[in-house]
Amino acid sequence: MKILVVDDFATMRRIIKNLLRDLGFTNTKEADDGNSGLPMLQAGNFDFLITDWNMPGMTGLDLLKAVRSDPKLSKLPVLMVTAESKRDQIIEAAQAGVNGYVVKPFTAGTLEEKINKIFERVEA
Amino acid sequence: MPVTEQMNNSERLELARALVDQLEDGNEQEATRILSELASSKDRGLFQEVGRLTRELHDSIEGFLVDSRIPEMAEHEIPDAGKRLNYVISMTEQSANATLNAVEASLPLADELGARAGILARDWRCLQEREVSAEEFQSLSSELSGFLLMAGDYSGQLHGRLSEVLMAQDFQDLTGQVIRQVIALIQDLEEKLVQLVCISGFGGQEQKPDRTKLEGPVISGLDQGDVVDGQDDVDQLLSSLGF
Repeated sequence: MKILVVDDFATMRRIIKNLLRDLGFTNTKEADDGNSGLPMLQAGNFDFLITDWNMPGMTGLDLLKAVRSDPKLSKLPVLMVTAESKRDQIIEAAQAGVNGYVVKPFTAGTLEEKINKIFERVEA
Repeated sequence: MPVTEQMNNSERLELARALVDQLEDGNEQEATRILSELASSKDRGLFQEVGRLTRELHDSIEGFLVDSRIPEMAEHEIPDAGKRLNYVISMTEQSANATLNAVEASLPLADELGARAGILARDWRCLQEREVSAEEFQSLSSELSGFLLMAGDYSGQLHGRLSEVLMAQDFQDLTGQVIRQVIALIQDLEEKLVQLVCISGFGGQEQKPDRTKLEGPVISGLDQGDVVDGQDDVDQLLSSLGF
Protein backbone atom coordinates (compact mmCIF):
# COMPACT_ATOMS: atom_id res chain seq x y z
CA MET A 1 0.00 0.00 0.00
CA LYS A 2 1.70 3.20 -1.20
CA ILE A 3 0.22 6.45 0.11
CA LEU A 4 0.87 10.07 -0.89
CA VAL A 5 0.34 12.73 1.79
CA VAL A 6 -0.08 16.28 0.44
CA ASP A 7 -0.07 19.21 2.86
CA ASP A 8 1.77 22.53 2.81
CA PHE A 9 2.66 22.24 6.51
CA ALA A 10 5.50 19.81 7.18
CA THR A 11 4.34 19.24 10.76
CA MET A 12 0.91 18.06 9.57
CA ARG A 13 2.54 15.73 7.02
CA ARG A 14 4.65 14.25 9.81
CA ILE A 15 1.60 13.79 12.05
CA ILE A 16 -0.33 12.00 9.29
CA LYS A 17 2.68 9.87 8.34
CA ASN A 18 3.15 8.80 11.96
CA LEU A 19 -0.52 7.95 12.33
CA LEU A 20 -0.37 5.93 9.12
CA ARG A 21 2.68 4.07 10.40
CA ASP A 22 0.76 3.22 13.59
CA LEU A 23 -1.99 1.82 11.36
CA GLY A 24 0.56 -0.34 9.56
CA PHE A 25 1.09 1.81 6.47
CA THR A 26 4.80 2.39 6.18
CA ASN A 27 5.16 3.18 2.49
CA THR A 28 4.29 6.88 2.42
CA LYS A 29 5.55 9.77 0.34
CA GLU A 30 5.04 13.51 0.84
CA ALA A 31 4.32 16.55 -1.32
CA ASP A 32 3.71 20.15 -0.27
CA ASP A 33 0.99 21.05 -2.77
CA GLY A 34 -0.87 19.81 -5.83
CA ASN A 35 1.78 21.04 -8.24
CA SER A 36 4.40 18.77 -6.73
CA GLY A 37 1.94 16.01 -5.78
CA LEU A 38 0.28 15.45 -9.16
CA PRO A 39 3.47 14.48 -11.05
CA MET A 40 4.34 12.07 -8.21
CA LEU A 41 0.92 10.45 -8.53
CA GLN A 42 1.27 10.22 -12.31
CA ALA A 43 4.71 8.68 -12.00
CA GLY A 44 4.45 6.41 -9.02
CA ASN A 45 1.79 3.66 -8.56
CA PHE A 46 0.12 5.18 -5.51
CA ASP A 47 -2.80 3.33 -3.93
CA PHE A 48 -4.18 6.15 -1.84
CA LEU A 49 -4.06 9.96 -1.65
CA ILE A 50 -4.50 12.03 1.50
CA THR A 51 -4.59 15.76 0.77
CA ASP A 52 -5.16 19.10 2.46
CA TRP A 53 -7.36 21.64 0.64
CA ASN A 54 -5.89 25.09 1.24
CA MET A 55 -2.36 25.11 -0.18
CA PRO A 56 -0.42 27.72 -2.13
CA GLY A 57 0.14 26.74 -5.75
CA MET A 58 -2.36 24.01 -6.55
CA THR A 59 -5.10 23.45 -3.96
CA GLY A 60 -6.30 20.04 -2.83
CA LEU A 61 -9.61 20.50 -4.64
CA ASP A 62 -7.82 21.21 -7.92
CA LEU A 63 -5.59 18.20 -7.28
CA LEU A 64 -8.69 16.06 -6.69
CA LYS A 65 -10.23 17.30 -9.95
CA ALA A 66 -6.97 16.64 -11.82
CA VAL A 67 -6.85 13.10 -10.40
CA ARG A 68 -10.45 12.39 -11.37
CA SER A 69 -9.91 13.65 -14.91
CA ASP A 70 -6.72 11.63 -15.46
CA PRO A 71 -7.71 8.22 -16.90
CA LYS A 72 -4.79 6.51 -15.14
CA LEU A 73 -5.63 7.99 -11.74
CA SER A 74 -9.40 8.44 -11.87
CA LYS A 75 -10.10 5.48 -9.56
CA LEU A 76 -7.56 6.49 -6.90
CA PRO A 77 -9.17 6.74 -3.44
CA VAL A 78 -8.81 10.29 -2.09
CA LEU A 79 -9.24 11.39 1.52
CA MET A 80 -9.38 15.12 2.18
CA VAL A 81 -8.01 16.24 5.55
CA THR A 82 -8.60 19.97 5.86
CA ALA A 83 -9.65 22.84 8.11
CA GLU A 84 -12.20 24.00 5.51
CA SER A 85 -15.55 23.43 7.18
CA LYS A 86 -18.23 25.19 5.13
CA ARG A 87 -21.12 22.99 4.05
CA ASP A 88 -20.79 24.35 0.51
CA GLN A 89 -17.14 23.29 0.45
CA ILE A 90 -17.84 19.77 1.67
CA ILE A 91 -20.56 19.40 -0.95
CA GLU A 92 -18.17 20.77 -3.58
CA ALA A 93 -15.52 18.22 -2.60
CA ALA A 94 -18.10 15.43 -2.64
CA GLN A 95 -19.22 16.49 -6.11
CA ALA A 96 -15.61 16.54 -7.27
CA GLY A 97 -15.37 12.88 -6.25
CA VAL A 98 -13.70 12.81 -2.84
CA ASN A 99 -13.93 9.47 -0.99
CA GLY A 100 -13.74 10.84 2.54
CA TYR A 101 -13.55 14.17 4.34
CA VAL A 102 -11.91 14.79 7.71
CA VAL A 103 -11.97 18.26 9.31
CA LYS A 104 -8.99 19.54 11.26
CA PRO A 105 -8.35 19.38 14.13
CA PHE A 106 -8.98 15.62 14.05
CA THR A 107 -8.20 12.65 16.26
CA ALA A 108 -6.15 9.56 15.42
CA GLY A 109 -9.38 7.54 15.77
CA THR A 110 -11.23 9.64 13.18
CA LEU A 111 -8.44 9.28 10.63
CA GLU A 112 -8.29 5.52 11.15
CA GLU A 113 -12.06 5.17 10.86
CA LYS A 114 -12.24 7.14 7.60
CA ILE A 115 -9.32 5.31 6.04
CA ASN A 116 -10.79 1.92 6.95
CA LYS A 117 -14.17 2.95 5.60
CA ILE A 118 -12.66 3.99 2.28
CA PHE A 119 -10.74 0.70 1.95
CA GLU A 120 -13.82 -1.34 2.85
CA ARG A 121 -15.73 0.39 0.10
CA VAL A 122 -12.91 0.11 -2.41
CA GLU A 123 -12.56 -3.62 -1.73
CA ALA A 124 -16.33 -4.25 -1.83
CA MET B 1 5.58 71.96 -13.76
CA PRO B 2 4.68 71.93 -17.45
CA VAL B 3 7.38 73.87 -19.27
CA THR B 4 5.26 74.72 -22.31
CA GLU B 5 2.82 76.82 -20.27
CA GLN B 6 5.65 78.87 -18.85
CA MET B 7 7.92 81.48 -20.18
CA ASN B 8 11.22 79.93 -21.24
CA ASN B 9 14.64 81.21 -20.27
CA SER B 10 15.42 83.07 -23.49
CA GLU B 11 12.05 84.87 -23.33
CA ARG B 12 12.77 85.88 -19.74
CA LEU B 13 16.28 87.02 -20.70
CA GLU B 14 14.85 89.08 -23.52
CA LEU B 15 12.35 90.73 -21.17
CA ALA B 16 15.12 91.39 -18.60
CA ARG B 17 17.27 93.10 -21.24
CA ALA B 18 14.29 95.16 -22.37
CA LEU B 19 13.69 96.10 -18.70
CA VAL B 20 17.30 97.32 -18.31
CA ASP B 21 17.03 99.26 -21.59
CA GLN B 22 13.78 100.93 -20.52
CA LEU B 23 15.19 101.81 -17.05
CA GLU B 24 18.35 103.30 -18.59
CA ASP B 25 16.18 105.31 -20.91
CA GLY B 26 14.16 106.48 -17.89
CA ASN B 27 10.98 105.00 -19.33
CA GLU B 28 9.25 104.18 -16.02
CA GLN B 29 5.88 103.18 -17.44
CA GLU B 30 7.24 100.61 -19.86
CA ALA B 31 9.68 99.27 -17.21
CA THR B 32 6.78 98.65 -14.79
CA ARG B 33 4.80 96.87 -17.50
CA ILE B 34 7.74 94.53 -18.26
CA LEU B 35 8.24 93.83 -14.54
CA SER B 36 4.63 92.80 -14.03
CA GLU B 37 4.78 90.62 -17.13
CA LEU B 38 7.79 88.81 -15.66
CA ALA B 39 6.04 88.33 -12.31
CA SER B 40 2.75 87.12 -13.77
CA SER B 41 4.49 84.37 -15.71
CA LYS B 42 5.54 82.86 -12.37
CA ASP B 43 2.02 83.15 -10.92
CA ARG B 44 0.55 81.42 -13.96
CA GLY B 45 2.78 78.38 -13.37
CA LEU B 46 1.80 78.28 -9.70
CA PHE B 47 -1.92 78.45 -10.46
CA GLN B 48 -1.59 75.66 -13.00
CA GLU B 49 0.23 73.49 -10.47
CA VAL B 50 -2.39 74.12 -7.74
CA GLY B 51 -5.06 73.21 -10.28
CA ARG B 52 -3.34 69.98 -11.18
CA LEU B 53 -2.89 68.98 -7.53
CA THR B 54 -6.56 69.75 -6.82
CA ARG B 55 -7.63 67.49 -9.68
CA GLU B 56 -5.41 64.68 -8.43
CA LEU B 57 -6.70 65.07 -4.89
CA HIS B 58 -10.26 65.00 -6.16
CA ASP B 59 -9.58 61.85 -8.16
CA SER B 60 -7.97 60.07 -5.22
CA ILE B 61 -10.85 60.97 -2.90
CA GLU B 62 -13.29 59.64 -5.50
CA GLY B 63 -11.22 56.46 -5.82
CA PHE B 64 -11.03 56.05 -2.09
CA LEU B 65 -14.78 56.50 -1.64
CA VAL B 66 -15.65 53.72 -4.05
CA ASP B 67 -13.11 51.31 -2.48
CA SER B 68 -15.48 49.03 -0.60
CA ARG B 69 -12.58 47.22 1.10
CA ILE B 70 -12.28 50.01 3.67
CA PRO B 71 -15.64 49.59 5.44
CA GLU B 72 -15.33 45.82 5.11
CA MET B 73 -11.96 45.92 6.86
CA ALA B 74 -13.12 48.26 9.59
CA GLU B 75 -16.38 46.47 10.34
CA HIS B 76 -15.40 42.83 9.97
CA GLU B 77 -11.85 41.94 9.13
CA ILE B 78 -10.04 43.80 11.88
CA PRO B 79 -12.34 42.56 14.68
CA ASP B 80 -12.09 39.09 13.08
CA ALA B 81 -8.30 39.31 13.14
CA GLY B 82 -8.44 39.75 16.91
CA LYS B 83 -10.54 36.61 17.25
CA ARG B 84 -8.22 34.73 14.91
CA LEU B 85 -5.20 35.66 17.01
CA ASN B 86 -7.06 34.60 20.15
CA TYR B 87 -7.62 31.27 18.44
CA VAL B 88 -3.86 31.02 17.91
CA ILE B 89 -3.31 31.63 21.62
CA SER B 90 -5.83 29.00 22.67
CA MET B 91 -4.57 26.41 20.15
CA THR B 92 -0.96 26.83 21.22
CA GLU B 93 -1.99 26.74 24.87
CA GLN B 94 -3.98 23.53 24.35
CA SER B 95 -1.07 21.98 22.53
CA ALA B 96 1.42 22.95 25.22
CA ASN B 97 -0.87 21.56 27.94
CA ALA B 98 -1.52 18.31 26.07
CA THR B 99 2.22 17.85 25.52
CA LEU B 100 3.12 18.64 29.12
CA ASN B 101 0.38 16.35 30.46
CA ALA B 102 1.63 13.48 28.31
CA VAL B 103 5.24 14.07 29.33
CA GLU B 104 4.34 14.28 33.02
CA ALA B 105 2.38 11.03 32.76
CA SER B 106 5.19 9.31 30.85
CA LEU B 107 8.18 10.18 33.01
CA PRO B 108 7.10 8.14 36.10
CA LEU B 109 6.41 5.13 33.84
CA ALA B 110 9.90 5.33 32.37
CA ASP B 111 11.42 5.82 35.84
CA GLU B 112 9.60 2.84 37.33
CA LEU B 113 10.54 0.61 34.40
CA GLY B 114 14.18 1.63 34.85
CA ALA B 115 14.15 1.15 38.64
CA ARG B 116 12.56 -2.31 38.54
CA ALA B 117 14.81 -3.40 35.68
CA GLY B 118 17.78 -2.33 37.83
CA ILE B 119 16.67 -4.49 40.80
CA LEU B 120 15.94 -7.46 38.53
CA ALA B 121 19.31 -7.12 36.81
CA ARG B 122 21.05 -7.32 40.20
CA ASP B 123 19.04 -10.39 41.29
CA TRP B 124 19.59 -11.98 37.89
CA ARG B 125 23.34 -11.59 38.29
CA CYS B 126 23.14 -13.44 41.64
CA LEU B 127 21.22 -16.23 39.92
CA GLN B 128 23.85 -16.49 37.20
CA GLU B 129 26.52 -16.70 39.86
CA ARG B 130 24.46 -19.42 41.59
CA GLU B 131 24.15 -17.50 44.81
CA VAL B 132 20.40 -17.97 45.30
CA SER B 133 18.35 -20.32 47.46
CA ALA B 134 15.27 -22.13 46.21
CA GLU B 135 12.99 -19.55 47.91
CA GLU B 136 14.94 -16.67 46.42
CA PHE B 137 14.62 -18.26 43.01
CA GLN B 138 10.86 -18.55 43.49
CA SER B 139 10.59 -14.89 44.41
CA LEU B 140 12.86 -13.81 41.53
CA SER B 141 10.79 -15.84 39.12
CA SER B 142 7.52 -14.23 40.20
CA GLU B 143 9.13 -10.80 40.17
CA LEU B 144 10.36 -11.36 36.66
CA SER B 145 6.97 -12.41 35.35
CA GLY B 146 5.42 -9.40 37.10
CA PHE B 147 8.00 -7.12 35.47
CA LEU B 148 7.40 -8.57 32.01
CA LEU B 149 3.67 -7.92 32.34
CA MET B 150 4.36 -4.40 33.57
CA ALA B 151 6.80 -3.73 30.71
CA GLY B 152 4.14 -4.72 28.19
CA ASP B 153 1.53 -2.58 29.88
CA TYR B 154 3.81 0.46 30.32
CA SER B 155 5.11 0.36 26.78
CA GLY B 156 1.49 0.45 25.58
CA GLN B 157 0.81 3.42 27.86
CA LEU B 158 3.98 5.19 26.70
CA HIS B 159 3.02 4.64 23.08
CA GLY B 160 -0.38 6.19 23.80
CA ARG B 161 1.17 9.21 25.53
CA LEU B 162 3.67 9.74 22.71
CA SER B 163 0.80 9.61 20.20
CA GLU B 164 -0.90 12.36 22.23
CA VAL B 165 2.27 14.46 21.91
CA LEU B 166 2.30 13.76 18.18
CA MET B 167 -1.32 14.83 17.73
CA ALA B 168 -0.78 17.95 19.83
CA GLN B 169 1.54 19.27 17.10
CA ASP B 170 -1.41 19.89 14.77
CA PHE B 171 -1.61 23.43 16.11
CA GLN B 172 1.29 24.47 13.91
CA ASP B 173 -0.67 23.89 10.71
CA LEU B 174 -3.90 25.43 11.98
CA THR B 175 -2.36 28.48 13.63
CA GLY B 176 -0.04 28.94 10.64
CA GLN B 177 -3.06 29.25 8.34
CA VAL B 178 -4.67 31.79 10.68
CA ILE B 179 -1.52 33.87 11.05
CA ARG B 180 -1.11 33.98 7.26
CA GLN B 181 -4.63 35.41 6.97
CA VAL B 182 -3.86 38.08 9.56
CA ILE B 183 -0.58 38.98 7.81
CA ALA B 184 -2.47 39.41 4.52
CA LEU B 185 -4.94 41.72 6.27
CA ILE B 186 -2.15 43.79 7.79
CA GLN B 187 -0.46 44.20 4.40
CA ASP B 188 -3.77 45.27 2.90
CA LEU B 189 -4.33 47.68 5.76
CA GLU B 190 -0.87 49.15 5.33
CA GLU B 191 -1.65 50.00 1.70
CA LYS B 192 -4.88 51.72 2.69
CA LEU B 193 -3.14 53.66 5.44
CA VAL B 194 -0.64 54.98 2.94
CA GLN B 195 -3.58 56.33 0.93
CA LEU B 196 -5.05 57.76 4.11
CA VAL B 197 -1.98 59.91 4.66
CA CYS B 198 -3.54 62.30 2.12
CA ILE B 199 -7.23 61.65 2.52
CA SER B 200 -9.68 60.82 5.27
CA GLY B 201 -13.25 59.57 5.49
CA PHE B 202 -14.91 56.59 3.89
CA GLY B 203 -18.13 55.26 2.40
CA GLY B 204 -18.87 53.05 -0.52
CA GLN B 205 -21.00 50.01 -1.07
CA GLU B 206 -21.27 46.88 1.01
CA GLN B 207 -19.03 44.13 -0.33
CA LYS B 208 -20.48 40.69 -0.83
CA PRO B 209 -18.50 37.95 0.92
CA ASP B 210 -16.38 35.91 -1.46
CA ARG B 211 -17.79 32.40 -1.35
CA THR B 212 -14.76 30.80 -2.89
CA LYS B 213 -12.38 32.25 -0.31
CA LEU B 214 -10.76 29.55 1.83
CA GLU B 215 -11.53 30.22 5.48
CA GLY B 216 -9.22 27.84 7.30
CA PRO B 217 -10.14 26.43 10.70
CA VAL B 218 -13.49 27.13 12.34
CA ILE B 219 -13.00 29.81 14.99
CA SER B 220 -15.75 30.19 17.55
CA GLY B 221 -17.38 33.61 17.71
CA LEU B 222 -16.45 34.34 14.09
CA ASP B 223 -19.05 34.45 11.34
CA GLN B 224 -17.55 32.19 8.69
CA GLY B 225 -20.77 31.37 6.91
CA ASP B 226 -22.49 28.00 7.01
CA VAL B 227 -19.84 25.84 8.64
CA VAL B 228 -20.13 22.33 10.06
CA ASP B 229 -19.87 21.66 13.77
CA GLY B 230 -17.17 19.01 13.97
CA GLN B 231 -16.53 15.69 12.25
CA ASP B 232 -19.96 14.22 13.15
CA ASP B 233 -21.62 17.03 11.24
CA VAL B 234 -19.36 16.36 8.24
CA ASP B 235 -20.25 12.66 8.36
CA GLN B 236 -23.95 13.48 8.54
CA LEU B 237 -23.71 15.87 5.61
CA LEU B 238 -21.80 13.35 3.51
CA SER B 239 -24.17 10.52 4.35
CA SER B 240 -27.07 12.76 3.29
CA LEU B 241 -25.24 13.02 -0.04
CA GLY B 242 -25.16 9.23 -0.32
CA PHE B 243 -21.68 8.62 1.10
